[in-house]
Amino acid sequence: MEKAVSTDKLTKRFGDFVATNEITFDVAQGEIFGFLGANGAGKTTAIRMLCGLLRPSSGSATIAGFDVYRQTEQIKQVIGYMSQRFSLYEDLTVRENIRFYGGIYGLPKAELRRKSDEIIQQLDLGGVADKLVASLPLGWKQRLAFSVALVHDPRIVFLDEPTGGVDPITRRQFWDMIYEAASRGTTIFVTTHYMDEAEYCNRVSIMVDGRIKALDTPAAMKQSFGVDSMDGVFQILARGTSTK
Amino acid sequence: MKRFFAFVKKEFFHILRDRRTLLILFGLPFVQVLLFGFALTNEIKNARIAILDLDHSQHSRQITSRLLSSGYFKLEQQLDSYKGIEPAFRKGKVKMVIVFPARFTAELAHDQAAQIQVLADASEQNTAISLTNYATNIIQSYSAELNPVGMNPPMQLDVQSRMVFNPELKGAFVFVPGVMAMVLLLVSALMTSVTIAREKETGTMEVLMVSPLTQMQILFGKVLPYLLLSFLNGCMIIVLGINLLGIPLNGSLGLLLAETLLFIFLALSIGILISTIAETQLVAMFASLLIMLMPTIFLSGFIFPIESMPKPLQILSNIIPAKYFISIVKGIMIKGVGLQYLWKETLVLFGMATVINAVSLRNLKTRLG
Repeated sequence: MEKAVSTDKLTKRFGDFVATNEITFDVAQGEIFGFLGANGAGKTTAIRMLCGLLRPSSGSATIAGFDVYRQTEQIKQVIGYMSQRFSLYEDLTVRENIRFYGGIYGLPKAELRRKSDEIIQQLDLGGVADKLVASLPLGWKQRLAFSVALVHDPRIVFLDEPTGGVDPITRRQFWDMIYEAASRGTTIFVTTHYMDEAEYCNRVSIMVDGRIKALDTPAAMKQSFGVDSMDGVFQILARGTSTK
Repeated sequence: MKRFFAFVKKEFFHILRDRRTLLILFGLPFVQVLLFGFALTNEIKNARIAILDLDHSQHSRQITSRLLSSGYFKLEQQLDSYKGIEPAFRKGKVKMVIVFPARFTAELAHDQAAQIQVLADASEQNTAISLTNYATNIIQSYSAELNPVGMNPPMQLDVQSRMVFNPELKGAFVFVPGVMAMVLLLVSALMTSVTIAREKETGTMEVLMVSPLTQMQILFGKVLPYLLLSFLNGCMIIVLGINLLGIPLNGSLGLLLAETLLFIFLALSIGILISTIAETQLVAMFASLLIMLMPTIFLSGFIFPIESMPKPLQILSNIIPAKYFISIVKGIMIKGVGLQYLWKETLVLFGMATVINAVSLRNLKTRLG
């Protein structure tokens, strides 16, 4: 089966500083892939390269079969993106936000209308569809942002710390949405700080200082490190470098 | 193209939702145009003048040298006929022309009275009034010295002054082009830089970059609504100026609108340049105000005559876009001249826009690595 993401020794240098150092991994279509690491470990740089925002220094990578050097335009068409900041326009209504994002992906008019109705109904936002996004609670904005990132039915969606600053119950509801999207075949590439969320992923990779230190299913990873939580795994890996 | 319009539509939503900004956009020029009808007085030094001496006498040479040694005037040009006066004014450098008629000395000797004509370019009416006053005083004091005590009747030198271009000395003639330049800069540059910075601040820029929209589409999508808005604003000021303040439109309306568009384009380019550097709305706003608004007010000749500034500021005034736009608008509306007199200013504005756009594009490219 075709890989959703495939990288080989992907590297990005900024001057002398190596932000991402020869990372190699594959993500299967439909997989929920957790991309973990402390702040400054190189996660954001890696994601930016995969989204076609940053040109790699060396190595190779393909997204849904498209090359990150030469086919950035095709890549942009098949990926969705959501960041910690949710990226909605606060002075636009719920419906206008959906239609705007659908519009810049070139969805036809009828499709736009159908999609916005569908999203509003799914998220149970019927009552506030024509209210400004600024007036919504954080959890609603987050779920709307996720739906908007999926509005053009991307093959892969990149979620950059999508649950930052949200309470545990809302986070749990958000992960239900992620599972649902994955069950429909969308590949989920997610970064997070929360180790409990790492347990929800099919597989996780842990980046330390620009390199991938571990890559496996959460269960296998816990077993090989002899700990009972992902938090334990993370502590060992992070401490390992601090004493180096 | 459809994606592009989806983007432009969104920009219009932003603008129309923000009532307060809209009010400022259209209220500001209205208030300013009306307020700036009041004149400010200012002293002038080294104003360039031309002299038409048809008399070639001791008197005319004496008066000329007194005028030039007063510090107020600097000789730009010696004219040799009345025909030379109008072109001298139209070129815009000469602010005043002093005419000694051919029979000046003869009349003075014969009739005990003679006339000197002083013509001033009143498209800058404060300058014109001050200049004619200075000249009149100098000539009167010369005339007083000619009369020995007790001579009767005294010899008289009459100064006959005439204002060209703006005979009624209306302040509006000076300020409307200035207000136009200021408002257009404000709307175009400030608004674009702030709206782009806002997208960076809220993180929506990231999402736009990941989307299939190209950088060019994003930039033009940002710029297009403000181009329309600014143009509307410019037209509003012109209409206000003509109908409410009685400014003439002696030149071509088409040229005026075209030059206005050029200036807006330049201002938008400056806004984009600022936004490629500024990361937050606050920085964008202060950069716009400091880099553009203050110099525009103080150095463009809008309020303070450039002629009376210290030399370094005079040199600095050459990089202020508004300076050129103001002289273009004055040229077209008041003097009624065409492109043959204004091509230099037009070229400067065009050149500035080209350079600024090149720098912005380079900035954008390097930012994307």
